[in-house]
Amino acid sequence: MAERGVQAVGPGTGAWARRAGALLLALAAGAAAAALPDPVLEARVARLSEELRCLVCRNQSLADSDAELARDLKRELREQLAAGRSEGEVRDYLVQRYGDFVLYRPPLKASTALLWIAPLLLPLAGLAVLWSRWRRARGEDDEDAAPVQGGEGAA
Amino acid sequence: MIPELGHFALILALPLALALGVLPLLGARYGSARLMAVARPAALAQGLCMALALGTLVHAFATTDFSVRYVAEHANRTLPLHYRVAGTWGGHEGSLLLWVGILAGWIVAVALGSRGLPRPFAARVLAVLGLVEAGFIAFILLGSNPFERGWPAPADGRDLNPLLQDPGMVLHPPLLYMGYVGFSVAFAFALAALIEGRFDAVWTRWTRPWTLAAWAFLTGGILLGSFWAYYELGWGGWWFWDAVENASLMPWLAGTALIHSLAVSEKRGGFRHWTVLLAILCFSLSLLGTFLVRSGVLSSVHAFAADPRRGALLLAFLAVVVGVSLALYGWRAAQVGAGPRFAPFSRESLLLVNNVLLVSATATVLLGTLYPLVLDALGLGRISVGAPYFEAVIVPLMLPLLFLLGVGPFLAWKRAEAGTAWRRLRLLLFIALDVAVAAGVALALSPLAALGLGLAAWVAGSALWQLAQRVAAAPARTPIWRRLRAVPGGHWGLVLAHLGVGVFVAGVTLVKSLESAHDLSLRPGESGRAGAYVLRLVDTRQERGPNYLAAQARFELLREGRVVAELRPEKRFYVARQMPMTEAAIDRGFTRDVYLSIAEITPDQRWIVRMHLKPFMGWIWAGVLLMALGGAVSAADRRLRRAPVARAESACAPSSTSLANAAVS
Amino acid sequence: MRIRPLLGLPLVAFAVLVLLLGRGLQLDAHELPSPLIGKPAPAFNLQRLDAPGTRFVPAQMRGKVWVLNVWASWCAPCRAELPAVQALAEGARVSVVGLNYKDSAEGAREWLKANGNPYAFTALDTQGKAGIDWGVYGVPETFVIDQRGVVRHKHTGPLTPETVRKELLPLIERLNRG
Repeated sequence: MAERGVQAVGPGTGAWARRAGALLLALAAGAAAAALPDPVLEARVARLSEELRCLVCRNQSLADSDAELARDLKRELREQLAAGRSEGEVRDYLVQRYGDFVLYRPPLKASTALLWIAPLLLPLAGLAVLWSRWRRARGEDDEDAAPVQGGEGAA
Repeated sequence: MIPELGHFALILALPLALALGVLPLLGARYGSARLMAVARPAALAQGLCMALALGTLVHAFATTDFSVRYVAEHANRTLPLHYRVAGTWGGHEGSLLLWVGILAGWIVAVALGSRGLPRPFAARVLAVLGLVEAGFIAFILLGSNPFERGWPAPADGRDLNPLLQDPGMVLHPPLLYMGYVGFSVAFAFALAALIEGRFDAVWTRWTRPWTLAAWAFLTGGILLGSFWAYYELGWGGWWFWDAVENASLMPWLAGTALIHSLAVSEKRGGFRHWTVLLAILCFSLSLLGTFLVRSGVLSSVHAFAADPRRGALLLAFLAVVVGVSLALYGWRAAQVGAGPRFAPFSRESLLLVNNVLLVSATATVLLGTLYPLVLDALGLGRISVGAPYFEAVIVPLMLPLLFLLGVGPFLAWKRAEAGTAWRRLRLLLFIALDVAVAAGVALALSPLAALGLGLAAWVAGSALWQLAQRVAAAPARTPIWRRLRAVPGGHWGLVLAHLGVGVFVAGVTLVKSLESAHDLSLRPGESGRAGAYVLRLVDTRQERGPNYLAAQARFELLREGRVVAELRPEKRFYVARQMPMTEAAIDRGFTRDVYLSIAEITPDQRWIVRMHLKPFMGWIWAGVLLMALGGAVSAADRRLRRAPVARAESACAPSSTSLANAAVS
Repeated sequence: MRIRPLLGLPLVAFAVLVLLLGRGLQLDAHELPSPLIGKPAPAFNLQRLDAPGTRFVPAQMRGKVWVLNVWASWCAPCRAELPAVQALAEGARVSVVGLNYKDSAEGAREWLKANGNPYAFTALDTQGKAGIDWGVYGVPETFVIDQRGVVRHKHTGPLTPETVRKELLPLIERLNRG
């Protein structure tokens, strides 16, 4: 790790350091989480929470956020997945309460059709324009009397 | 007193920029050498003023002059000097001043470097730059003035946001802005070309190095931003498809299309419409990005504090600049003319498809970024568009692009022979397929990931093969070092940049496929297993930094019983801003990164940490660095600095427009 | 010349973009519309603060228009909006039910004693689960529910006398008239 010019505070540096230390621990501790037992469940929670938006943050996923509501919602996710619900059902659960806003992968509906179609349509349209241009140019070429002299222009 | 000096210098820069913007333009129009001669001294004078303005703001930060309101909001007595200096661009007003300061720098560079340009053309280029700068200075003076005083001056400032107290903050914005602003030069060249009707080798030969340099800076700036986010934000992510990140990616994608389009324009005289429009697009995207980040229309962790009034002013400015340039294009498009023809299977046509794909990618990112806003503005509800969407739509665009990347350099200009190309490439294809299959099986990759690796090998192999061919083509018995030196800079640039793409794609594919996270809960002395490693918590302590308190733990990372690394993650508390922060510990290696961050510290001294194993993470950085290096090397190619040789537009099938141009110029 | 109309396309597209961005400047990026509007009020069964033995279920309010106000003792804007909540309770002749969100019973009681109690009664949502069901993402929030138990309006953020007068009172009157 890069040197940060940090001084180690040794023992006995006084009440200030102890108070500060207590403050630090208080801030760092949240809901005391025991060692998390089920890696498969945790992986599902992690994957799902990466796709869901933290509603009180400025554009962060539930996975990346440490906000209280984010933690509550992750806990909710974990409980529901553990109870046997599918990812889709949990997603629906949140959308019913918070709207489509909570999904980072926008659902496919009439209002988002353009969003999902455009990335496919744009390059195809561009290539179609190129194609038609080339066809037209070749048509004009055929009309020209002089044939084009070939010749490899090397790089 | 000194801030007032800077303020005055800024005010003075405005009429200078206006003079630069208007007089040489008139001079070029009416053939007045005297008016055109205003350009260079005006450019140098405004450069001096902006340097003074920026310098005094930096000075105010360095001396913690809290009577300047902006300084009080972004610095603190306990803040170390280099972060105080970086605080200059830590907020909206100062970063905008930096933006304009860098623009002033580019203007001086163009003024000094344009001695070989025909005078009217140079005058027009500088004039366009001057007008853009005048607009920005006016905007700053009207609503975003960093020199405003606040009385009474507070005893101590608010402190720079702890997230920004990092070496990344010192370098990232300046580097990024060098890129954003650098595209204004290509923009100015394009507008000057439109005004003058000159689209010949002079235009392209001059535009190329400036554009390559700007692109290289932007690449470096994005790299640094991503690298910084990776270690700073504490959870191992490095690209979030956040609005502000997209605002930098869009000019980069368009810029990549531009540099390739320029290559065709310079070498073959073609792609003129593409080059002009792409130059306008790149800079427009830079301006759009500036608007998005500062106006509050989009929600982002990186955004500056929102102010709709400021946003409206910026939008108006953006509308004027882009509107005028597009109108100019529409009006003068007939003068642009067409370049020489080329066959449907040729390097040009592949680059054309390349352009289409890159512009589509740019448009896709733009659509995704703005779509929530569009729906909301139309009253159609609120949605979010995030990483899952972007990743889903960008990949199908990038895959064909990567394939073409490998093929393109092997095709001849104008008309390529399919047979020759196949002969040159089939070995490479075979190797790439082997890599895909072998890696896919050995690492249990998904088909998509295996394809990604195959394409990475394809691209990297193509670049190296290109170099090998060049080196082999030298006369026999030339020593290897002389052969390497004989390879022109532009070619080295191509090789490095394309190799970088391959390395980058390999890195991304492997990280995404193979990364894993392990949660451990340890007390001092305990160890836990994480993948092939064992993590042991050795001891903990409290530290005091210049403006923060930290709880730090020392971990040892063991592999097969031996200590491989020592990791010291921290949880910090910044006193002035009352803000907690997580400092991750990273052990970087050639084949993997180990990323350790503290989730919580329970009252009974139990440290809950998350350890990420990210294979080949370093390749992501290395790949982008190679790309930036390639751009820089290409920009420095001495061939581009020699005066262009006047030559006929094309050997065969000249277009009537180009003949007419040649007759007039 | 056949390419002429195409040349105007970038300019037109850009103009549309500018218009949309301009409209975007007028929007508030943080207000989230509620998907519950027009849907039955989510059910919950929570302990009451004022009568510790009894519980509150939204169905109890069937037959009249009522307001649910989400608040907490640790929420500063909640204190600022108290006069407006009071005005609402008095002006609209509705029961304003408080939903105490992620708080402690003592803290809530103290707060009400210190600042005044505009609520008909308060339900305790200490875990925040009812809040999630109602799509609460910040405090304070206010809901208007009609006689048939359908959510008709949600206001995010503190109420002001303006909002009460212009948004809520007319709506409640309309609902009361049927």
